[in-house]
Amino acid sequence: MTTIEPMPVVVPERRKPSLADGLRNGLPKLVLAPSFAIILVFVYGFILWTVYLSFTTSKMMPIYKWGGFDAYYRLWSQPNWYVAMQNLAIFGILYIGICIAIGLFIAILMDQRIRAEGVLRPIFLYPMALSFVVTGTAWKWFLNPGLGLENTMHNLGWESFKFDWLVNPKMAIYTVVIAGVWQASGFVMAMFLAGLRGIDGEIIKAAQIDGASTVSIYRRIIIPLLRPVFLSAFIVLAHMAIKSYDLVIALTGGGPGNATELPSTFMYSYTFTRNQMNVGSASAVMMLMGITAIIVPYLYSELREKNQ
Amino acid sequence: MSAAHETVSPGSARAARYVIYAALIFLALVYLLPLYVMLSTSLKSLDEIRGGDMLALPGDPSIAAWVKAWGEACIGVSCVGIKGYFWNSIKMVVPAVVISTLLGALNGYVLTKWRFPGHKLVFGMMLFACFIPFQAVLIPMARLLGAAGLSNSTAGLVFVHVVYGLGFTTLFFRNYYEAFPDELVKAAMIDGAGFFKIFWRILLPSSGPIIVVTVIYQFTNIWNDFLFGVSFSSGEASPMTVALNNLVSSSTGVKEYNVDMAAAVFAALPTLFVYIVAGRYFVRGLMAGAVKG
Repeated sequence: MTTIEPMPVVVPERRKPSLADGLRNGLPKLVLAPSFAIILVFVYGFILWTVYLSFTTSKMMPIYKWGGFDAYYRLWSQPNWYVAMQNLAIFGILYIGICIAIGLFIAILMDQRIRAEGVLRPIFLYPMALSFVVTGTAWKWFLNPGLGLENTMHNLGWESFKFDWLVNPKMAIYTVVIAGVWQASGFVMAMFLAGLRGIDGEIIKAAQIDGASTVSIYRRIIIPLLRPVFLSAFIVLAHMAIKSYDLVIALTGGGPGNATELPSTFMYSYTFTRNQMNVGSASAVMMLMGITAIIVPYLYSELREKNQ
Repeated sequence: MSAAHETVSPGSARAARYVIYAALIFLALVYLLPLYVMLSTSLKSLDEIRGGDMLALPGDPSIAAWVKAWGEACIGVSCVGIKGYFWNSIKMVVPAVVISTLLGALNGYVLTKWRFPGHKLVFGMMLFACFIPFQAVLIPMARLLGAAGLSNSTAGLVFVHVVYGLGFTTLFFRNYYEAFPDELVKAAMIDGAGFFKIFWRILLPSSGPIIVVTVIYQFTNIWNDFLFGVSFSSGEASPMTVALNNLVSSSTGVKEYNVDMAAAVFAALPTLFVYIVAGRYFVRGLMAGAVKG
């Protein structure tokens, strides 16, 4: 500051370019380059590699022999893949729907000037800090048909209580929903709570003066104002649902039979244990397309909004 | 507020508050139940587990199952407990978090304070990389690690976690530095400070909160990872989550629920500890990863 007059502050970088300036201009790009190269190669390059593998005849090892759409044809004629897609639909819809419903409900309760908020909030959120494997292990034990919840209910005197979802092929996918909701709903609650705290109190006061009841204030004013939070929660949860792998593996192992197969477990078993690497790659490409369809429009709109 | 008081009698308002508190306490108990069951089961003997009630407090609390899980439980063919895998995870997490955070900070700095044509595209591509399903890169990465002699090694897992964590760390620092006043950087440039000096002297000293957020986010994610661990390592080299799953899902011998639960507690402890100590930052990281500041 001492050597330069305060005058030429306007556009200081427009001076005669010297070697030092050249280096100064290049250095930032040089610093960013390795990271960007890593992303280019290990994300985008690897995605192309996987796409290519899905068009080959690879079995146990990658074989770079063109197989056309054979792998996709085989994927979509695989009953197992339909089970996986159907389970993803059941899991995804219930997981997203229930997480949002419970998250919003708890957030509204917490927003009623609750005294113990500082104690309650961490209780709803701590499952999010746990690994899916820990969550799966805990719920596997909790829902154990012999010694878990069922036994507890019998001990409490409810002798006819039956809860065998974990080993019942028709119901097993719902146990994944229960454990998933337990883990993520607190996080959705925190998102809604942040949204509720951001709403202008004046609007609500005005509605109260007009004689609106609390229920109609929430229904007509507050919940519509939370639209962006609904969208964010949906995106985050949909993304987590498509990727979920660990939870199913730890809770049910994909079973009983293939009752809780998801695209993620399908991809893993076809690639690494069933030696149909091209079909596994094709399923990975389908997963990528699913996520892209959800994420890209969202990122695009978010980045554009910020420019304004 | 006055209107509300006119229409609602004080008695029913108080009743409503009781209902709200009752609902919240009930829900809190439901959320705590699995953790409680996990802890109490780990402190019981097998006989007590088989004969008693899951919800009952341990009659004769003992840490025998913890000791066994840590040092004696059988995972696969080796019966030396989970301690080795726990250390594997530590050895994997620490370098991966440090490297990815450092790179993320530099990237965020370049992308906000040294913008160049196309910076938005570069950021967009790094951002999308956060969200890809890792299944789409699993096979090539397995091939690469194999070819490089890094499969089944902690170094390989560190590399993988740095690569796929870069997007998030860059995102965190970019959004944070975006709000950092450009004037300070400009002034330092006029003073002749260079690229690294500005970063070191001006941005880094005020980056405390975002460093904490990023470190916690990365620590939690990498510690909790299962997919990479199970795909790129096996046996002795596995991280904690993989070992836990192997322990719990093994079907040989007597099922020792108390040891399983003790191992699960060990796997949960580091992230729970971080959450309890720095929960505020943990939540902020989750939000930043979701709603993007």
